[in-house]
Amino acid sequence: MSKPENKPDVGKVFLEEVTRPPVNERVRGWQRVGRVLLVPALAVVTGLLLGAVLIILTSESVWEAFRVSLGSGLVTAWNTIVQAYTALFTGALGDPVRIVQAFQSGDALEIRRALNPIPESLVNATPYIFAGLAVALGFRSGLFNIGVEGQLFMGAAAATYVGYAVKGLPGFIHMPLAFLAGALGGAVWGFIPGWLKAKTGGHEVINTIMMNWIAFRLTEWLLGGPMTRPGSGGLPISPMIEKTAEIPQFFPAPIRFHLGFFIALGMAWLVHWLLFKTTWGFDLRTVGANPNAARYAGMNITRNIILAMTLSGALAGMAGANQILAVNRSMALGLSPGYGFDSIALALLGNSTPVGVILSSLLFGALRNGATRMELLRIPNDIVSIIQALILVFVAAPAIIRTIYRVKVPKEAEEAVFVGSWGGGNK
Amino acid sequence: MKKLSLFLAVVVVLSLVLSACQPAATTQAPAAKKKICQVTDTGGIDDKSFNATAWKGAEMAQKELGWEAKYLESKEVADYEKNINAFLEEKCDLIVTVGFLLGDATKALAEANPNAKFSIVDFSYDPPVANVVGQVFATDEAAFLAGYLAAGMTKTGKVGTFGGLSIPTVTIFMDGFTRGVKYYNQLKGTNVEVLGYDLNDPNKGLFTNSFDDQTKGKEFGITLMDEGADIIMPVAGPVGLGTAAAVKERGNALIIGVDSDWYLTAPDYADITLTSVMKFMDVTTFNVAKSVEDGTFKGGTNVVGTLANGGVGLAPYHNLDSKVPAELKSEIEQLKKDIIDGKIKLADIK
Repeated sequence: MSKPENKPDVGKVFLEEVTRPPVNERVRGWQRVGRVLLVPALAVVTGLLLGAVLIILTSESVWEAFRVSLGSGLVTAWNTIVQAYTALFTGALGDPVRIVQAFQSGDALEIRRALNPIPESLVNATPYIFAGLAVALGFRSGLFNIGVEGQLFMGAAAATYVGYAVKGLPGFIHMPLAFLAGALGGAVWGFIPGWLKAKTGGHEVINTIMMNWIAFRLTEWLLGGPMTRPGSGGLPISPMIEKTAEIPQFFPAPIRFHLGFFIALGMAWLVHWLLFKTTWGFDLRTVGANPNAARYAGMNITRNIILAMTLSGALAGMAGANQILAVNRSMALGLSPGYGFDSIALALLGNSTPVGVILSSLLFGALRNGATRMELLRIPNDIVSIIQALILVFVAAPAIIRTIYRVKVPKEAEEAVFVGSWGGGNK
Repeated sequence: MKKLSLFLAVVVVLSLVLSACQPAATTQAPAAKKKICQVTDTGGIDDKSFNATAWKGAEMAQKELGWEAKYLESKEVADYEKNINAFLEEKCDLIVTVGFLLGDATKALAEANPNAKFSIVDFSYDPPVANVVGQVFATDEAAFLAGYLAAGMTKTGKVGTFGGLSIPTVTIFMDGFTRGVKYYNQLKGTNVEVLGYDLNDPNKGLFTNSFDDQTKGKEFGITLMDEGADIIMPVAGPVGLGTAAAVKERGNALIIGVDSDWYLTAPDYADITLTSVMKFMDVTTFNVAKSVEDGTFKGGTNVVGTLANGGVGLAPYHNLDSKVPAELKSEIEQLKKDIIDGKIKLADIK
């Protein structure tokens, strides 16, 4: 049993920050929505503005135009930004002109292509939702799960294995089975550091990071060895999963929108329900907010820590299973662009609430999807990663945004921090 | 604070002014150029390895054929399909995908879009896909020459090699290299040893299990030098640069580059680079584009880069030219001819 800390450390303060109720419960309706979204929205705007500056600075044609004259430099700079952001937004949400033209042409493929941006953004957002929920659940329970990436890899490996090795099952059994295997793979990888924390006091940050490395090397070995595709000569890529294990996509190619998105939404609802509507969730949050009080109230801290890490790992494993079963259909090492690490930021952006995680995942998914269109204009897609990072910096340090835009901290919100109870939206 | 508001005001005003000038520049309908479009694997466009080399080929098509070259980088597996789809939408005349990781996505989308033309670098399909040209390389032919050269140049009687992963595109280098050494031994009655690779069991070789960790490259280089190797061929992309650094520090060994001519791509190590085993993926990519241009594109086939067609080759000795005995040079020239003429079969040398 770990000894509870007596004085708040930096991690504790951070946790309070990411899980505090953003706005007093008494403020209701649109006013509340406005207050909640104000800082993130301004952060997005500021991130895009700074991103624009970066686009200009890194564009060769702009520099060349400036060499010609100041005027043509400014015009080129402006045009570059307009083109870049037009591409970003139409790439993420669709181009109305093109949609109209596609419908006029009556070509089914053209119509699907024109309508594809939004569903594709949802496809991009789905793994973020699962992974973001995993981190948020950890935060709410007072745990830093930095191991989401590793849990995602283990989940993906388990789902892949069940996906290709089990044969002859009907789809309505095989697919859920593979998906649950993924959840289980992640859960095991979350359980271990949870158990270590609860029983030995080994800090979960260190242990989850180490578990990440074990997961990466283990999956590397699995893919090159036992799970390698037969006849490939040992290439680190798994066999294709069976058709019956695939998470169904709803539309013909190129639209990849799939059931996984709704599973993710379902999970978000489930996490919300678990955290805020059940005694179980109340226990989890209480242990997270104040272990001493929880112990005093007779709650089982050991069990709650293990439970929280296991559930968090299961959600992370689902992110991996989702990618394999719905999109990739076989496993290779470039499985994730860092979903597990981005999701820490996402949970922060979403104030560790399921709704917040969904919204910030949609934002990140849309940005990533739009980046492809922008890249076609020879603007590196890394710019989008930088914009994402900037948004997070501003959300993480709301004081910057408040100072820039002179947003006053609402009085009630300030009070809410001090009288603040555990987690947001307590009932 | 005031300054910031002022700055924002200026930005707003400027944007209004500039938006007035905008229409002049945006509507330039480009002439219908043919497009070569490359999807990278997760290594990215400047991986100093096959993505970058294939892109050189795309740029050659831009320069020499007047095509337009575009690329999309993949950050994860899920991007492969997305990026190929984006290029199908762009109606690219040739879509180039790079590496075995893109094998599945390329095959699926090529089959779904039989009118589009594809080429995949460093990979081939069995059975072939009707509208995909595979680009594969008989790298062992060039590596064989490098092995022969290394055996002729070593002073310690030991040469070394290691790979990034035990996969065919990597082990083919090590295989050819080892056979080259063995051939030298057979001809000259010497007993030069190859460390890091076993012809009978490729999995027993030395592998870093990484294509980006230069520290590992350094460690492997030091280990091999400690074991007595004085010429090392690292087959692990940029990992080899770590080896080159270790070799340069010791100062009594040489390296053999892979993929591109390291004298040019890693000039820091020009003085210790004996030669490089080159895979001209730029040339093969360009040739596929050219076949589209002339209308001779033939899907379902493989382009095999060999010594004979210049798809693989040994780089010049550059700075070390004077160190290589003239006799050895002419022997290697002769070997090259013999391989091209089929007088020497690599598989026969054990």
